Amino acid sequence: MGVDGTHEAKTTYREAMREALREALRSDDRVFLMGEDVGRYGGCFGVSLGLLEEFGPERVRDTPLSESAFVGAGIGAALAGMRPIVEIMTVNFSLLALDQILNNAATLLHMSGGQLPVPLVIRMTTGAGRQLAAQHSHSLEGWYAHIPGIRVLAPATLEDARHMLAPALADPDPVLIFEHGSLYNVSGELLPPDAPVDLDHAAIRRPGTDISLITYGGSLPKALAAADELAAEGISAEVIDLRTLRPLDDEAITASVTRTHRAMVIDEAWRTGSLAAEVSARIAEGSFYELDAPVERVCSAEVPMPYARRLEEAALPQTADIVAAAHRAVD
Amino acid sequence: MSAARSTRMRNDPAHPKSGTKTTTTKRSASTESRARQPSTGHRTDLLESMLRIRHFEERCVELYSAAKIRGFVHLYIGEEAVAVGVNEALTPEDAVVSTYREHGHALARGITADAVMAEMYGRTTGCSGGRGGSMHLFDASRRFYGGNAIVAGGLPLAAGLALADRMRGRTDVTCCFFGDGAFAEGEFHETANLAALWKLPLLLVCENNLYAMGTALERHQAQTDLAMRAASYGMVAWAVDGMDVEAVEQAAQRAVEGIRAGTGPHFLEMRTYRFRAHSMYDPDRYRDKAEIEQWKSRDPISLLTDRMRENGELGDREVARIEQRITAEIDQAVEAAEKAPEEPVEDLLHHVTSSSAEAVS
Repeated sequence: MGVDGTHEAKTTYREAMREALREALRSDDRVFLMGEDVGRYGGCFGVSLGLLEEFGPERVRDTPLSESAFVGAGIGAALAGMRPIVEIMTVNFSLLALDQILNNAATLLHMSGGQLPVPLVIRMTTGAGRQLAAQHSHSLEGWYAHIPGIRVLAPATLEDARHMLAPALADPDPVLIFEHGSLYNVSGELLPPDAPVDLDHAAIRRPGTDISLITYGGSLPKALAAADELAAEGISAEVIDLRTLRPLDDEAITASVTRTHRAMVIDEAWRTGSLAAEVSARIAEGSFYELDAPVERVCSAEVPMPYARRLEEAALPQTADIVAAAHRAVD
Repeated sequence: MSAARSTRMRNDPAHPKSGTKTTTTKRSASTESRARQPSTGHRTDLLESMLRIRHFEERCVELYSAAKIRGFVHLYIGEEAVAVGVNEALTPEDAVVSTYREHGHALARGITADAVMAEMYGRTTGCSGGRGGSMHLFDASRRFYGGNAIVAGGLPLAAGLALADRMRGRTDVTCCFFGDGAFAEGEFHETANLAALWKLPLLLVCENNLYAMGTALERHQAQTDLAMRAASYGMVAWAVDGMDVEAVEQAAQRAVEGIRAGTGPHFLEMRTYRFRAHSMYDPDRYRDKAEIEQWKSRDPISLLTDRMRENGELGDREVARIEQRITAEIDQAVEAAEKAPEEPVEDLLHHVTSSSAEAVS
């Protein structure tokens, strides 16, 4: 299963993430993993399977169903010199720990006049697409990207799943990592990184000249599929993966829009008050005169996520929606 | 573990059974108290420490009225015995987590009146560099972790500090102060469960002053025997006369010894009272004047002073000397705060992330 060997060509996003955790636990005694079912169960999504056997129950620590207590305990442990990785099953459950994340993790450094940095990593799943209905399917990472004092990551590729954790742990401040549930089974060849993964820059996943498709996380595969379809029609779409939702890489967005003169934001969150709204506003503020068309947004329908498959599919941004929006901008 | 037995005491200022143990959790002989032997010098230290808090806060009232300091200011007057007594049981290596009513905890922990007063003034010389104010006092060098203005919000944090200390092989204790209002918050119960489950070295000190802001204990708790409820989580829990600094110190010593011996979290319900309103904004319409007066008759400072006088350990001259010293200390703190620099507005965005500014030393 190892992804560090050269014998196996293919790996999954889940395995890449697991390997990142394994490396973190191996390389630093201060690192420990804590969350609901991360140990015996192997992680609700199977990410931490086998780590308990390898590292023991002190460092792969099952917690009670107490999001506020174990996230807060992660903050306290970080203050006292540990490097905790806290797993929350889904972003919906993270709301039970929002007080700890916002009022403590994001705030202690400032309130203490710089005395108390919180070197904590919190991982959680986000997003829909598995018919889990309204309390397990939402994309609230944009809310967290609203908060000063934390960094928000959305690894969308195998390489980012494998290589973002180490720099996140090296960050002296709290880092939230959002893993889209539909990405765990994505498999492919894990390429060695060209350079150390940095947490400040967006990535061009496909260069293009006619329109910028700006997205992140679980919407990246859909945007790439849309770019393929558009290419077949002779439209060259550039796909920008934001990767870091806070702080946003303004320069990458501006540079892309300056090349293509058309922009679309694809975001699985609700349109109103979304990260897509923020990116659109920044394009309007910084690149207004570069634009040849209004900024397009493809977001989820403004509805709590339904269970029924066809309704869930209709609520989510789909490749066809992205293609249609591109036509509105380009034609 | 056998079921806790209720020894609910009425909310009577003259606690007849202070120090009553409210759980039948077995304790080994090795964890029996080896509390500090009372001595005149030690009692004088306790008195001075309480007087420092009292005078500091009385000056805060004046400064607030003069609009020199602003924001929410929650006074600790009446509860000084708790901060001072508990702190006596802690070492400098132990950690303390506090609430928004934390001037007393900060001063008892050894943060200087200068640093606290400058923080009240919002000056760069304040213990939080002026970013925190009255509700957010911090001192990393003394392991004083605030200053949490969300009721029960400091409890999970304290569990994490305790967990980290244990994982790093230290014998330190984390002490978390909170009020009776915290019992209505899920975070208290989540933390009590987690701490007992993991046997964390955590001292939970509930300052039961009988009011959650303006709501009396009977009106915010279905079961008002707080120590009994804490014991139900499987931790040693005691109710203590929070007006008697020596009783507080002894209880805290005993609890800390038990925690260091590895018996997991301990809970102390400090039965105390705030003589002033919830905050400077509070007109205090919800309390009976007679009730306040009755509690004032057990003022922790008078209680200790009288005991020492009766024992011939304290004379008028000694009291005057201490008062004089503290008055000078606080005069100096106010003077220094008045003169201290204000942070330039250009530094506004400092301390948002570690890279956004230098940390204060």
